[in-house]
Amino acid sequence: MRFYEYEAKKLFEKRRLPLSPRHVVHSAKEAAEAAREIGGSVVLKSQVLSGGRMKAGAVKFADTPEEAAAYFETILPIVVNGQEARSVLVEAKSPVAQEYFASVTWDGRRKQPVLLVSDMGGIDIEEVAEKHPEHLSRTHFSSLLPLSPRIAKEAIAATGVSGSALNRLTPIVFELMQLFLDFDLTLAEINPLARLEDGRFVVLDGHVDMEAEARGRHRALLEELGIGEDETRQARPPTDFEIAGRQVNEVDHRGVAGNVVEFDGDLGLVIGAGGGSLTLFDAVRKHGGRPANYCEIGGNPSVSKACELTKLILAKPGVKKIAVMMNVVSNTRVDIVARGVIKGCLESGKDPAEVIAIFRIPGAWEDEGFKILRKYGVEYCDRSVSMYEAAGRAVAKLGA
Amino acid sequence: MPGLFIDVQVDPATAADPELASKLAEACPVDIFEAGEAGLRIVEENLDECVLCDLCLAAAPEGSVRVLKLYE
Repeated sequence: MRFYEYEAKKLFEKRRLPLSPRHVVHSAKEAAEAAREIGGSVVLKSQVLSGGRMKAGAVKFADTPEEAAAYFETILPIVVNGQEARSVLVEAKSPVAQEYFASVTWDGRRKQPVLLVSDMGGIDIEEVAEKHPEHLSRTHFSSLLPLSPRIAKEAIAATGVSGSALNRLTPIVFELMQLFLDFDLTLAEINPLARLEDGRFVVLDGHVDMEAEARGRHRALLEELGIGEDETRQARPPTDFEIAGRQVNEVDHRGVAGNVVEFDGDLGLVIGAGGGSLTLFDAVRKHGGRPANYCEIGGNPSVSKACELTKLILAKPGVKKIAVMMNVVSNTRVDIVARGVIKGCLESGKDPAEVIAIFRIPGAWEDEGFKILRKYGVEYCDRSVSMYEAAGRAVAKLGA
Repeated sequence: MPGLFIDVQVDPATAADPELASKLAEACPVDIFEAGEAGLRIVEENLDECVLCDLCLAAAPEGSVRVLKLYE
């Protein structure tokens, strides 16, 4: 879940990262008052859950309170990448000598956090990685062992930063790493991290994403920030399809058939089990398939839940077939899912043998499940066929 | 609507017995049985939820309840 910049900065405050004087404002009058209180030139930044504010014209510099008030009116209505502004952050404008970049995110392949540091901040880090790789360092670190500032220092030094700047940057980057771990973040980024003309460093902008599953652990923080339980804070508002998917999951307490995310492909996915959803989704794409959706089933959903999810996916415009695939299951019953998806197909007026491209759920009660699938002529496979291979078969069937 | 995958048959004598009807309703984890004044009612819309736990078979006299897998 994403945080607004002003919320990210409240988090940064908890680790005493250097920040400029600032106020969150909701009216032109408040903007002028904030600019007056801060004094001097200020920057006004639209608070949206998206990047690209500068390009969209949602960041403005004002030299007077009157100008700040006028710019408030200009930038508040601007929709940035589909996101409406919640408020405007008025912050002191800083005399910047150089901009840096520091970010901690999660490397799913290494299963470790990775610290990225660059002495070329303020621009897309992907561009730096491509054109100036010597200015970007990548350092993995353990999320289990105690952190040491040495890790931060070596990462910064690897970009060529030395002397006073290195000494001043090290505690900032170290605290960012600590913040990432303390709050179960999936992204903690400062860009730009500015060195001012007097040598001090200040955080100019920050992006923070928290692992959605960690919300319960950080309820106090979310309450402090005023983030309600109904605020999903995703990159975009949920679609009707996704809302319907949530309802399918919520009306029946048995098992999970949720986290439905809409995509624009033609292969519907009924997938899940211990990370299986992500693996299978990626496998479908790797084979050139175009998923119509992402979802997660598991925990032994009821027949009716699997049925309703199947009906929802089959009703999605453009869906030609569905692939029912899971990792090896132990606490989900193969026969129950088989009943659910077949029932869903029949209630949608479709022949399960035609519309189910592949059924690959090995595990508990699979013999019973396979009997059901055989009766309805559905192609199925057991654990001797990998998830990757099963995804390939599904994609191939769609092209046939 | 009858089940696509599962059917449950109960002997008329068992179905008419209020005590057995209550036992069956209590035993079934997916609410296939409903005990009423008129005796036992099979809740057809729940038939396919049957998890084949056999608790109903244990709750009633032997042979008086039969769970049929319609896919066999």
